[in-house]
Amino acid sequence: MSEEHQNNLAARLRSRRVTLWTLIVPPTVWAVHFMFCYLWVAVSCAKLGGFARFPVAFVIGTIVALAIIIASGAVAFVQSRTPGDPPPHDESTEIDRTRFLATATLLLAGLSVVGVLFTAAPALMLTDCR
Amino acid sequence: MSRQSAFSTFGVEAAKMRDLTILMTVSGFVIFVIVAVLFTLAIRARRDTIGHRGGMRLVLWAGAMIPTVVLAALLIGTLPAMRPIQANRDALIVDVAGEQFWWRVGYRTPDGGTITAANEVRIPVGRTVDFRLSAGDVIHSFWIPGLAGKVDMIPGRTNRLVARATKAGRYRGQCAEFCGLSHALMAFDVVAMDPAAFDRWLLAQRSAAPAPTTPIAQRGAALFADNGCGGCHAVAGTVAAGKIGPDFSHIATRTTLGAGIIPMSEVNLSRFIAHAPSVKPGARMPAYTHLAPADVATIARYLETLK
Repeated sequence: MSEEHQNNLAARLRSRRVTLWTLIVPPTVWAVHFMFCYLWVAVSCAKLGGFARFPVAFVIGTIVALAIIIASGAVAFVQSRTPGDPPPHDESTEIDRTRFLATATLLLAGLSVVGVLFTAAPALMLTDCR
Repeated sequence: MSRQSAFSTFGVEAAKMRDLTILMTVSGFVIFVIVAVLFTLAIRARRDTIGHRGGMRLVLWAGAMIPTVVLAALLIGTLPAMRPIQANRDALIVDVAGEQFWWRVGYRTPDGGTITAANEVRIPVGRTVDFRLSAGDVIHSFWIPGLAGKVDMIPGRTNRLVARATKAGRYRGQCAEFCGLSHALMAFDVVAMDPAAFDRWLLAQRSAAPAPTTPIAQRGAALFADNGCGGCHAVAGTVAAGKIGPDFSHIATRTTLGAGIIPMSEVNLSRFIAHAPSVKPGARMPAYTHLAPADVATIARYLETLK
């Protein structure tokens, strides 16, 4: 990817508005993944009485969740580095608002990645439905 | 050594849980002390002890990175405890049903039969035991703290608990879900035995109850039959085939009476026969106060011969 192309992408991302809606994307995906795990376990046990040796649906669901969270974190990372206006970023201006929300989104994305991984980890130990 | 404690274990599962509990408690305590020390230092520190950059770095590492790594290590280290014991092909299957307020126990034999017992669970050391747990009336919970975790017994369902004993001995289990007036009086003895001794014991349980030989036992057997005890209690090899109460075929081999609450003795047997509602409030066994005390004692003498 050329440098110009990269800068273009960054500029495009920065021009997107950061709102409370984009802020809650990572924790929402974490919550949905959490519910998906419980449903997957319940459905597997009720329908099959056990778990597949390689649980395709579960692995795909976890990868999709991680991908969305990491993408949203990456966007937030770029947005939080919007150039101009030296710190501290605590004025009620558009750029400070953007940087604050973007940083908060980035931190939530980090937490959500850990949350999804911790939720998925027990699946490694699942053998039967007792 | 305690007979009923999750800390004095005699089973694989319970030992794993005990280690997990100790690890988590100690780790939690260490983390608490570290946080408390940092907290004290923080509120006692003078202004500007630490710069903006240093402060942010402290928050990043002590607030996010280290907790994540420590929690991940604890999670990964303790996850294997989730892996259940597998029930292999030669596992002993034991059916246990919770009843108000006693335990119906059945040992499945390789030929497809079932050996019925009550209020005592015997298991061979080293062999995997596959408990099939159900309930006859209300929800009960099967718990042998030294052997494995508790599992609910739900009417209309069969729950499974796979366990393996590692140490022979006499232990105790208990109902762990409130099930009525005598819930607290619903316990049972657990005997973990050497496999060869267990096989001998099971073989003996399979046989019919011994016929009464002494005159008093014979009179007791007659009183047992005349007063309709067999309507609720079974004595293998006699006409008594009731299934409402515990099986009496080998009752005298048990060491406790009334589901693990009083020692097995003639006096206690008499007391239970005559005054069951006061020994075990809410149980379905009625009082037999109209029987002459001598007759009650004679029935108790008969029951004592059922080895």
